[in-house]
Amino acid sequence: MAKPIKTLVNGLYNLRDWVDSRFPLMKIWNEHLAQYYCPKNFNFWYFFGSLALLVLVIQILTGIWLTMNYKPSAEEAFASVEYIMRDVNWGWLIRYMHSTGASAFFIVIYLHMFRALLYGSYKKPRELLWLSGMAIYLVLMGEAFFGYLLPWGQMSYWGAQVIISLFGALPIIGDDLSLWIRGDFVVSDVTLNRFFSLHVIAFPLLILGLVGFHILALHEVGSNNPDGVEIKQNKNAEGIPLDGIPFHPYYTVKDIVGAAVFLIFFFAVVFFMPEMKVPGTQGLFLESANFIQANSLQTPEHIAPVWYFTPFYAILRAVPSQLGGVIAMGLAVNLFLLLPWLDRSAVKSFRYRGRNYRIALSLFVISFLFLGWLGLQVVTPFYTWMARFFSVVYFSFFFLMPFYTASDKDKTVPDRVTT
Amino acid sequence: MVNKNIDQSRRRFLTTAATVVGGVGAVAAAVPFVSNMNPSAKTKAIGAPVEVDISKLEPGDRMIEKWQGKPVWILRRTGEMLKDISSLNDKVSDPTSDNSAQPDYAKNEFRAREDEFLVVIGICTHLGCSPNFVMKEEGDSIDADWKGGFFCPCHGSRFDLAGRVFKGVPAPSNLVIPPYKFISSTRLLIGDDSEAV
Repeated sequence: MAKPIKTLVNGLYNLRDWVDSRFPLMKIWNEHLAQYYCPKNFNFWYFFGSLALLVLVIQILTGIWLTMNYKPSAEEAFASVEYIMRDVNWGWLIRYMHSTGASAFFIVIYLHMFRALLYGSYKKPRELLWLSGMAIYLVLMGEAFFGYLLPWGQMSYWGAQVIISLFGALPIIGDDLSLWIRGDFVVSDVTLNRFFSLHVIAFPLLILGLVGFHILALHEVGSNNPDGVEIKQNKNAEGIPLDGIPFHPYYTVKDIVGAAVFLIFFFAVVFFMPEMKVPGTQGLFLESANFIQANSLQTPEHIAPVWYFTPFYAILRAVPSQLGGVIAMGLAVNLFLLLPWLDRSAVKSFRYRGRNYRIALSLFVISFLFLGWLGLQVVTPFYTWMARFFSVVYFSFFFLMPFYTASDKDKTVPDRVTT
Repeated sequence: MVNKNIDQSRRRFLTTAATVVGGVGAVAAAVPFVSNMNPSAKTKAIGAPVEVDISKLEPGDRMIEKWQGKPVWILRRTGEMLKDISSLNDKVSDPTSDNSAQPDYAKNEFRAREDEFLVVIGICTHLGCSPNFVMKEEGDSIDADWKGGFFCPCHGSRFDLAGRVFKGVPAPSNLVIPPYKFISSTRLLIGDDSEAV
């Protein structure tokens, strides 16, 4: 090595050691990357954790830049978004990255959650990992809801009106609670201003904190895998799991490939179909009614939430009672929290589960997708009955779980991971 | 350190006292933050009554006014419309408005001071959307026997031309009637019904 380079490299090593004797740099690096052992059999479904982190970074970066030009007032908000789209340099790109990022976040999170259902990743000892993940999901729903009001279009306005009214349906405290959330008797400038505050500072901080908790909890118990085998039960003389490989460099490289493929799809949407105007919809990512400024006197002809809320919205509409609908909707979102305790099977991965769980999970996914589709449609009596049918299937997945998992004919789980 | 020399009960007292005082302090500190989010004095002050000229409102037509940020509908009903309302008593869930919100002078068959004029807040009692006014002739897709009324696009609630909710829809009660009074035969004051003019 040439002498100047050698000097430079030695200098960098010295700097690292200088920092390391004052801050646990190498300790963190080793614990969470270079000596964090993951099962060697991760498959496609294991991309979505790191992709969620990537989307979070995209949302934070684009969000900071959007905030530089956005005006959080009822008078100016709608025009300031159009200003960003037309006049601000690259404003359209940053705004479309942010709006596409919101939908991408939910796609990635739903696939990440489905992975947990496939391989039983919520089961002991990963209950807290699952609960913290659910907390992120719930906060993310709030974050998306606050963000959707900010463009101050017709969908923004009436979507917020409906969702805040959900709280108003609660007995006794309902009216005061919805008044407190709005800060006004109707959704107004006051509401917009506070939603901006919650969207750009309060909830992002919450999400970052929870993501930290989630990763620390993961690294404490270790990752599950497609076989649902605990790799820590088979260690070599040095205490390293026999089926484990260090996260860095093996999975950092794998995840970078995943990120590259994801970004190809992501930017295809950003550049060519940011509204995701699929035939039969008003635009799945950006709804056409939201290109009209909010009007407190006129609800749009056709109102539907953004796609990631529609399964729950369909359940809300299926129940012919106000309070009943709100309770059913709240349950549908929160029942996931109970999964670690509803599941009575000793086996984690569906690979070694009996027929019951496989059928139940398939029916659940079908009902979730159908409800999501129904939530986008205009109400008709036939669709209402369909929504009721699939709501029953949806809830049966949870409420019958202790029975069908306990009586399931599970197969023998191997001692070591298989592939 | 010898355990005997520590006054345990004194230590316990100090810990308890510190916890209680600290807890009370935390709750007290939360008060301004929670209260801050309730409507401000300025927000409360907006909402003055609105005067409306109804001289140009034709029979069978509806106009929309804004009061306290909410849409208020004024519908001038024809004799046929009133007859249709009476024929729906079996189909609506609260025909006599016993479980609905309205001033006493509007707690009657047509939910109005004067039968001809319906004055109602155009916000669905379910989740706050503003229903659409659907005339008798336009309502085939809602109900083959539609007699004219209001249909909420959000969750399918239906109301008749007196703002009464139909059975079997998600809205729990009839549309809300605001306080109002006639100042003259062609002028209406929404938001104030005090007798002293």
